[in-house]
Amino acid sequence: MPIIEVQSLSYSYPGSKEPSLIEVNFKANEGEFVVISGPSGCGKTTFCRALNGIIPVSYGGEFKGSVVVDGLETTKHQVYEIAQKVALVFQNPENQLFCTSVEREVAFGPENLALSREEIRCRVDEALEMVGISHLREKSPDELSGGEQQKVAIAALLTMRPKVLVLDEPTANLDPLSARSFLKLLARLNEEMGVTVLLVEHRLEMVSHLADRCVIFDGGKIVLDGPPREVLYSDTASRLGIGVPKTVLVAKMLKLPEITKAKPLTSWELADLVRGIKP
Amino acid sequence: MIKLEDVTFSYASSKPALSHVTLEISDGEFVAIIGENGAGKTTLVKHLNGLLKPESGRVLVCGVDSRETTVATLARKVGLVFQNPDHQLFAETVEKELSFALVNFGMLKAKISEKVEWALEEFELKQYRSRSPFLLSGGERKRLALASVLCYDPEIVILDEPTTGQDSRQKHRLASLLKRLNEQGKTVLIVTHDIEFVSDYIPRVVVMSGGKLVADGPTGECLTRLELLERASLISPQLAEISWDLGLKSPSIDLDSVVAGINDMIRGLHG
Repeated sequence: MPIIEVQSLSYSYPGSKEPSLIEVNFKANEGEFVVISGPSGCGKTTFCRALNGIIPVSYGGEFKGSVVVDGLETTKHQVYEIAQKVALVFQNPENQLFCTSVEREVAFGPENLALSREEIRCRVDEALEMVGISHLREKSPDELSGGEQQKVAIAALLTMRPKVLVLDEPTANLDPLSARSFLKLLARLNEEMGVTVLLVEHRLEMVSHLADRCVIFDGGKIVLDGPPREVLYSDTASRLGIGVPKTVLVAKMLKLPEITKAKPLTSWELADLVRGIKP
Repeated sequence: MIKLEDVTFSYASSKPALSHVTLEISDGEFVAIIGENGAGKTTLVKHLNGLLKPESGRVLVCGVDSRETTVATLARKVGLVFQNPDHQLFAETVEKELSFALVNFGMLKAKISEKVEWALEEFELKQYRSRSPFLLSGGERKRLALASVLCYDPEIVILDEPTTGQDSRQKHRLASLLKRLNEQGKTVLIVTHDIEFVSDYIPRVVVMSGGKLVADGPTGECLTRLELLERASLISPQLAEISWDLGLKSPSIDLDSVVAGINDMIRGLHG
């Protein structure tokens, strides 16, 4: 059974004439790493908000179709129930952090689930460790760099033991090295904990080789959905003007997919392929 | 013309944020300033419109020493667009936002409305004329912040991280607009982490690290120096990485050159 199942989802924000999502169908299996991309205003953020029920519960608007997460239909359950299944990370970590220390921030979720002291401590330690920020425990979140704040936001969500992590452009405000380390962290959480990851990201060159699947939105619809290699080498992807990795452009110009029957996504894959070309 | 002569600056008594920086940018140049967080990029830029004054050394903007003038005077020549548009936008409507500086500069009414119309058109904001800037999307607010500065026609335009949150099509549009301004004779400076944007569109790059200027030159040359990129904690442009992984004779950040290099290599393998 898929962990997320979206059926014919259409949605318009209150007062908006144009729908933001149109007849979207989507499934994700447990443990998948899905990267979501598409031009600005294509519906990516709206889609993320629909996955944990804040659309339509907090936003109102016109909602048709259904979103089922781990067996719970979002419109038929409370947001706090869905929140234990799906954790949402925003673009700007400042909007998400509010406690005076990293430890309190991270403990806030499990405290609100009224867990035992022991259990809370155990979950906090584990989450800080997992994300690699145990040394920041006593710090105030507003003393931290953007990359560190984003890690605190993730740790705070991991204490809820979510099955699904949904991240809406989490690296948009990070410098490239922090962005790269953050994306690697996601890949590790996905691999080691089996958490399903849905990541909205423009910088496909940094993430497409880490993902199992790539979904492209345009005009409120899913226009491409498949393995990153198939999606990024498709004509639709180049037509849409999404940030196709340069490796893909180079490989296409060299006609590597025709010559070698392979579609490299990284510079090292490309190098291996070229070296292996036989006369 | 912008000239920094041996400029040093510290925020507190701690280690200097800028240390002996010497830099010259001619009129009509298009330059990117890159470097890791805390490298001194923003500190440098704040010296150019007089928000900060050097502790030692001199900053000359269009021949005027920044210590001998006011921010208000320099602001007419040097337009600074902040990274976060919310630190800049404040008016009730998009139209008022665009005309604010012009009114303050005492421009004639007819001229103001001409400028505002130009900006609404150029930045695709026409339909939002009477809307509050805070009801616009992130990308739209970013365009409005840029428009409100370009409206008063500064000779030097400085943009801090203009590409964050923009998709690749919007980046391309931004690049063409900056190029057009540049061709009209304006000096354009951008401070950025977006190494792909720099390598695709900007001819000259200044690399900062630990408050020092560590490289200055043609983008294609600087960004294919692996030891420099590592020293400045920068990530490499994708095309440079492809060049290195393949061991190309002349590493490049230009798509056609890299493809030509690989084709040569394939022919060599079989030759």
